[in-house]
Amino acid sequence: MQFPSQQREPASTRRLRGAVTFLSATLLLAAVHRELRADPVHNAIETVQQRVVKIYGAGGIANLHAYGTGFLVSSEGHIVTVWSHVLDGDVVTIVLDDGRRYYGKVLGAEPQLDLAVLKIDAENLPHFDLGESTTAGPGARVLGFSNMYEVAVGDEPVSVLRGVVTARTNLTARRGRFEVPYNGPVYIVDAITNNPGAAGGVLTTYDGELLGMIGRELQNTESNTWVNYVMPIQQLADTVEAIISGDFSRTDEPPEENDPRRYRALDFGIILVPDVIYRTPAFIDSVAAGSLAEEVGLRPDDLIVFVNNELVQSIRMLQTQLGRLQAEDDLTLIVRRGNSLVSVTMRVPRKNEE
Amino acid sequence: MINRLRFACTALFLLATAGRAAFAADPAVLEEQARRVELIERISPAVVAIFAAGGGGGGSGVLISADGYAVTNFHVVQGMGPFMKCGLNDRVVYDAVVAGVDPTGDLAVIKLLGRDDFPTAPLGDSDTVRVGDSAYALGNPFLLATDFQPTVTFGMVSGVHRYQFPAGTFLEYTDCIQVDTSINPGNSGGPLFNEAGEVIGINGRISIEKRGRVNVGAGYAISSNQVKNFLDHLKSGRIVDHATLGATVTTNADGAVAVANILEQSEAYRRGLRAGDEIVSFAGRPIRSVNQFKNILGIYPKGWKLPLTYRRDGEKTDIVVRLRALHRAAELMPQRDRPGQPPGEPNPEEPDPDEPDEGDPEQPESTAPMIPAGPQPPEEYAHMYVQRQGFMNYYFNELERDRAVSAIAGLGDYGQLTGLWELSGHTADGREFQFKLGGETAAVKIGDDVAIQPLESDPSDAPPGSGGLLIAMHSMKMMIADPEGYFSEYYYVGSEPLDGVGERVDVVLTTRGQVTTRWYFSQSDGRWLGFDTAVTEDADECEVRIESLREFDGRTLPDRLAVRHAGEPFATFVIESAVLQ
Repeated sequence: MQFPSQQREPASTRRLRGAVTFLSATLLLAAVHRELRADPVHNAIETVQQRVVKIYGAGGIANLHAYGTGFLVSSEGHIVTVWSHVLDGDVVTIVLDDGRRYYGKVLGAEPQLDLAVLKIDAENLPHFDLGESTTAGPGARVLGFSNMYEVAVGDEPVSVLRGVVTARTNLTARRGRFEVPYNGPVYIVDAITNNPGAAGGVLTTYDGELLGMIGRELQNTESNTWVNYVMPIQQLADTVEAIISGDFSRTDEPPEENDPRRYRALDFGIILVPDVIYRTPAFIDSVAAGSLAEEVGLRPDDLIVFVNNELVQSIRMLQTQLGRLQAEDDLTLIVRRGNSLVSVTMRVPRKNEE
Repeated sequence: MINRLRFACTALFLLATAGRAAFAADPAVLEEQARRVELIERISPAVVAIFAAGGGGGGSGVLISADGYAVTNFHVVQGMGPFMKCGLNDRVVYDAVVAGVDPTGDLAVIKLLGRDDFPTAPLGDSDTVRVGDSAYALGNPFLLATDFQPTVTFGMVSGVHRYQFPAGTFLEYTDCIQVDTSINPGNSGGPLFNEAGEVIGINGRISIEKRGRVNVGAGYAISSNQVKNFLDHLKSGRIVDHATLGATVTTNADGAVAVANILEQSEAYRRGLRAGDEIVSFAGRPIRSVNQFKNILGIYPKGWKLPLTYRRDGEKTDIVVRLRALHRAAELMPQRDRPGQPPGEPNPEEPDPDEPDEGDPEQPESTAPMIPAGPQPPEEYAHMYVQRQGFMNYYFNELERDRAVSAIAGLGDYGQLTGLWELSGHTADGREFQFKLGGETAAVKIGDDVAIQPLESDPSDAPPGSGGLLIAMHSMKMMIADPEGYFSEYYYVGSEPLDGVGERVDVVLTTRGQVTTRWYFSQSDGRWLGFDTAVTEDADECEVRIESLREFDGRTLPDRLAVRHAGEPFATFVIESAVLQ
């Protein structure tokens, strides 16, 4: 992990520290300062809670929870959350802090940032201003807001946790360690934000200033440890604004196509059906003669359902999974053929890197 | 050599100054830390480490009175046996005995023995707790505190008025406090403190999913206000039940909370509540969600009266209703009392003995008998555990009952004065009356109206509209003259606000046949305030309130009785003459 040697201290922390030093002159003043300090925190919590929403969608089976968290970024109902299975359902329900319920529409998503933007038909909503977000360095005291464990329902405010930024670093999203598409800079926090339903919540300063979006539940597959990470809002803001303004095109495909190091289905001799809808099932259209795919017996009309034990529900998810492969890895596919499941394993070939 | 010495000195000096510079802390931080240290020192002595007397299992608790009563979780004492060992931070191990349990609300009261000057912690007002407040959990996580110094964890209130669905058979956490303070197995039953050093909750449950049974940032504490509602019930050795309104509620199309179904036997129905009515407020709190309704219902014991406001066709109505039992009595019985359950049956789901098993709030139910055959209790305390059907420890009930009814015992020597009682005088509106309370018949003449109740036949609403005043007066006579001989049940219930809105009163309950009477005594001065008699289950009671006492021939009797029934006044009786045999 990298620990950037210098971090700009957020203005809020500087202000807080100034106040603390000044007021601590006498015991009496210290008592006053506690009060002063307590109230802004309570107020900040209330303000932030009004901007955080509960999201209900697909899931509810096995370990997949059917609920999540998001936050409002415009007065007319734009909501930022993580791109997850919860949004896969036909209906995504949004419950505001005051208990009002809306159907949410997925306006756009950027899987490379683990980001999705939803829209509800409402007006005059309390919201975060993405332009006024802030940053924090290691040691900064922070608050985490989310509907972890679906503790809050209806008009009940979401849960708040306290913590400290322990590091700003890059999430090394390498295969075999952290299975996550996002690999940009993150805040690591000591608050346990890594809980069911917490992804899409917010991390703020003690003043309620927005720092970032709580990431998904993430486990290091080597050490079985869980990491509490938060994506800085600055990493997401441009894409969010592009999605809102309508001039966003997903970046996952073109760069993938352009990146010669990424593996694609064709590298194994698999020719998929055309990717025509948002979630086209990963059916094999044909198998290239003399290819690895032919060698292991894959056939046209096989439906690819698992890639290295990861469920893939669409060609896009398949491409994301294949894109993580490295040479000499094993690639195990489970395909549905008629009424049976067939498992095949291939060795990932080396690519000619120009 | 000298050079080397000088170098060493310089190096030391540099180290020292560098060290000081590196660790220079903001005075405000040090001051805050000192304040916190002082707070923890102040609150630690009342924290109890609870261990099963035979070893195996344990939890935490907190002392709330100098004579040794401590609050903990039901799931901590469940399966422990009547006696346990408790350590305080004075490093002394005390014997303790179980008093009452609340299997639904996951509370229990135990009594530490051997001192009458135990350190205590005050119970705070959990309704003032705000999200963002600091919260300290003290207790015995992982049963680490073999020297009984409580483990302290510190965090923030994450949510208030939380509702957590029942886990297992009963256990429901309603209106609870959610904290990110680290709560772990073994913390169960221990106190959650605010910055003022007041107990705001009893830690008992955590959210867990796939990371094992440890803290993941979501712990739940039973609110101190719920504890207060149940405390007197629990101190009296009872197995306490929770309540239902006798109605289910749902969110209607307008988003309001409305009655979905209602039992016709419930008092709420008799007071006019019907399906479709919108619940506006309950127990003085506005209702905006089903969870809020459940939250409120969950913090009150069976039998409490609570004010409720409902709206129908735009019109609001205020009523006061008595809450019905949530469970049948047999459902809550310790399993030793259940037929077909051999005592001491090995528990098929016995947890790993290396793991402290009493703190797992997500799996609190146990198939173990509630009172297994534990080790022999200390001889000097053996008399403090009395088994009786329906009670956790009847010893404490007798104590509390005799304390509560001392006002009646103080009325004078009624010996076995169970013959004919003739009480006469005038009602407040000027009618003459005469009660004749005999051994076989009770009768009253009010003005020109006569009502008779043969005591061997079914009790009835006599005189009509009173709810059974004759049976009530007969019960009063027997309560004064020979309660233990006459009533089949005669026990201390707990405390509640009189008539749902008045002062807090001690409640003693008697039954004879189908007749149930609740007797009320002031908690502030012990005065006998009145009684409610129901001639059958689910009948509106005859409510008698004692407005004054008077001496008749060396014995004291209530002489001014205000009688109400079904929300309406019936009459006020002023007794001018009493002839007792």
